[in-house]
Amino acid sequence: MNRLRRLPMDVWFEPLLIVVFGTGYILWYRSTTLTPTEEASLGWSNLRTTILDHITLTLTATVIVVLIAIPLGIVLTREKARPVKPVVVNFANVGQAAPAVGLIVLLTMWLGTGFRTAVVGLVVYAILPILQNTIVGIDQVDRRTIEAARGIGFSGLRTLVQVELPLAVPVILNGVRTALVILVGTATLSTFIGATSLGTLITTGVTLFLPKLLISGAILVGLLALIIDWLGRLVELVATPRGVA
Amino acid sequence: MTDEKTGSAADTVAGERTVTGASIRLDGVVKQYRGQTKPAVQKLDLDIEAGHIVAFVGPSGCGKTTTLKMINRLIEPTEGRIFIGDRDVTGEDPDKLRQSIGYVIQSGGLFPHWSVAKNIGAIPRVLGWNAQRIAERTEYLLDLVGLDAATFEDRLPKDMSGGQQQRVGVARALAADPPVLLMDEPFGAVDPITRGRLQDKLIAIQHELGKTIVIVTHDFEEATKLGDKVLILSEGGHIEQYATPEEILAKPATPFVEEFVGSGATLAHLTLSRVKDVEHDPVVTARIGEPSDEVIGRARAQGVTWIVVVDGDGRAQAWPSLDEVATKDRVSDYVDPRLPVVAPSSTLNDALDSMLAASQGGVLVTDSRGAVTGALTIATVMAVIRGQLSDARAGDGHVTYTAHTEGTTP
Repeated sequence: MNRLRRLPMDVWFEPLLIVVFGTGYILWYRSTTLTPTEEASLGWSNLRTTILDHITLTLTATVIVVLIAIPLGIVLTREKARPVKPVVVNFANVGQAAPAVGLIVLLTMWLGTGFRTAVVGLVVYAILPILQNTIVGIDQVDRRTIEAARGIGFSGLRTLVQVELPLAVPVILNGVRTALVILVGTATLSTFIGATSLGTLITTGVTLFLPKLLISGAILVGLLALIIDWLGRLVELVATPRGVA
Repeated sequence: MTDEKTGSAADTVAGERTVTGASIRLDGVVKQYRGQTKPAVQKLDLDIEAGHIVAFVGPSGCGKTTTLKMINRLIEPTEGRIFIGDRDVTGEDPDKLRQSIGYVIQSGGLFPHWSVAKNIGAIPRVLGWNAQRIAERTEYLLDLVGLDAATFEDRLPKDMSGGQQQRVGVARALAADPPVLLMDEPFGAVDPITRGRLQDKLIAIQHELGKTIVIVTHDFEEATKLGDKVLILSEGGHIEQYATPEEILAKPATPFVEEFVGSGATLAHLTLSRVKDVEHDPVVTARIGEPSDEVIGRARAQGVTWIVVVDGDGRAQAWPSLDEVATKDRVSDYVDPRLPVVAPSSTLNDALDSMLAASQGGVLVTDSRGAVTGALTIATVMAVIRGQLSDARAGDGHVTYTAHTEGTTP
């Protein structure tokens, strides 16, 4: 009981919301009768594919963003990369500042439509939070701790792996979580360039005026974002080393 | 050039105590930062004897920290050579070199995400020691710096006081048994009483192990207390004086030294006289749980009005008056958290500080393991001051308040 009380509020509050909204939606979904047009999108087998597509798109983009942004962020915090740091951060800034719809649509001019283009667009859009947090996370490690590591004879690489990165983990993971949530939402836009996602439900709902599709799409994206955010929070809690507040 | 082994320690065994330290020699060392006209350190020659503590002092910007960091090459010298023992370390792999030199910074510089044991084992793990050897070494070192291994091994730095962190920092620096220990303002972030205790501990450790220790400080008093020799630097790493504390106080080499030593010099002898140099009053000790009337009888026979309660290892717990003892049948296990305690290597200045901080007229004197050996009262300290002042007046008809005589210089 005591342990539970010491848990940060967001850890238990978020799943509460998820359960409330999730149960509400499921109860509605089971009781409602669908017209054949609605059935085409909202029938369980179709709906499941759409949800899985959405998750695949989000996760693929996230994995790629993580693989690019974290190593890049690490490199940029090294002494030698100091001059190029502002340039790269600015580029990432532009990627995020550009409206996501515009970015994705423009990319089709170059890469054509489909899943691949959607992934590229999402990656460009979500690089900044992870890159930024990796840099901030490493830069905020106490200079004296790093000096102590070098002073007792740790090599630069060992200092990075055993001291700087573990101490930067909470901040970096926070960036990953932010990116994930942005991606879950932004992935809906991929429907404009022919990649299936929960956005497809929303656009179909709007164009054919089927409120059930529209609302289902919106609620499911919201639920997915909450679930992913919460999972990310759990990972953060577990991965943060003891002794780092 | 580097074909000598790291064992230069072994061939410098002194007569009366084992010196495991190595000598350090700086030969024409220069540090010139790019874009600055004046070098940070200019042509510095320095010899540090094996097994000595040398304190670098000077105003900020004098290059004392730069000089220290050039010894382990955290800062690369622009010119010149540095020898540890007989080996020229200027060309060695800097990481390997640093693994063979202990390094301590302010508040210990511990890794906050690692337990005490993991912190201490940092370099032994890099050197590939097996787990058991590391565990034994960790236990030995924690005991050496005066921390209970069982209690502290698994603690995180954030769960310890500044002084405890500093002790762990020293233990970590000694982990791989390096001949040389470099300390960069190690006691800057702790309160005066804790600082005094840490200094005493360092002196005790140095006495036990005989390492060569170089310590940077901005506090002249700390330098005189710790240093076998003190190096006073002025801007640009210029050596103003390199001598024993007694010599510096008696014969400041330059006006700069005189001014730097300056205001503190009136009672400087309080920092030169150690607790062990003056007479202690005997104390009556009692174990926890002894019958009170027996203890009181013993105390009356000795003619004292208070006793010291000790635990099984002779460590002081409290010092109740006889009236307080009489209120209970047996000696109580009450632990007085503010009990003022000093080590024999403490200066009289430290002792006076402890008394004032505890609002007491005396302090207990303990040996390096914490067992009570006697008491020092404020009257004894005052007698020393009075003696020094009258010596000074007698020695010279028109002494100014900055003058002092030298009675103990060999």
